[in-house]
Amino acid sequence: MKAKVYVTLKPSVLDPQGKAIHHSVELLGYENIRDVRQGKYFEIALDTDLSETDARQAAENIAKNVLANPVIEDYRVEIV
Amino acid sequence: MKFGVIVFPGSNCDHDAYHVLSKHVGQPVDFVWHKQTDLSDYDAVVVPGGFSYGDYLRAGALAQFSPVMNAVRDFAASGKFVFGVCNGFQILCEAGLLPGALMRNKDLHFVCRHVNIRVENGATSYTSELEAGEILSIPIAHAEGNYVCDDATFAELEKNNQIIFRYCDENGETTGEANPNGSRSNIAGICNRQGNVLGMMPHPERACEELLGSNDGRDIFRSLTKAITNNE
Repeated sequence: MKAKVYVTLKPSVLDPQGKAIHHSVELLGYENIRDVRQGKYFEIALDTDLSETDARQAAENIAKNVLANPVIEDYRVEIV
Repeated sequence: MKFGVIVFPGSNCDHDAYHVLSKHVGQPVDFVWHKQTDLSDYDAVVVPGGFSYGDYLRAGALAQFSPVMNAVRDFAASGKFVFGVCNGFQILCEAGLLPGALMRNKDLHFVCRHVNIRVENGATSYTSELEAGEILSIPIAHAEGNYVCDDATFAELEKNNQIIFRYCDENGETTGEANPNGSRSNIAGICNRQGNVLGMMPHPERACEELLGSNDGRDIFRSLTKAITNNE
């Protein structure tokens, strides 16, 4: 079983790295790009005998306590 | 009186802090390896600059889980002094000992130069030998020094005089040009509500000798020493 965790900056937080990427994308000639936001993606391999509920609970806790800084970031967990 | 300088894997200003505390402050100092869990010998600990855990995940994020940090939380809760510089400031924010967070500099550059900072509050344990409005020349060296916090936190910081240093120009004006990293309201250093935990991005331990271009950092360490003496 695998947990996928997406960590993104809160919408209210400016993202200087996303801005720089946006600028480079524009230099490549791509038009109609309104904004680019950078985030982080994690894959966590979990024991196969875990129930989906327990796996989700574990991944949520890891995301909340380690992977994301709740002051500036949000997170989303998918179990596959 | 005894100081501890915490050493994480990747700390690199630990020797500078040790040098200043022993030579210029003239007090006994120990290095404290991050696996240590007993801080009972110390009156103050310095969380030094560097790149703890290689800045992996986020600057300061992984150091907060080192065994010593539980002891640092208890130490701070008991009213003893915790002084975080640069990466130490980032660690204290990640550990929840100070509010807010330090993000990538607005222009993305690693900035390494002397800056002017203005003392905003001269009545703290870290600034009693300084006066509000005084301008200090202290070096910065960071890529993640852009202080962010939400409006409610900012209002609290202002209301309780927890903003201790702001980036300013040579006249003491906190202009946008004088802000090296995009920090909210030019914030360079803050303390907790109780005033015993301070975090700042500039490096006062690198500004204690005229030979190095400035000794403006000494008064911060002198203030702290005085506060410890008064506590004893």
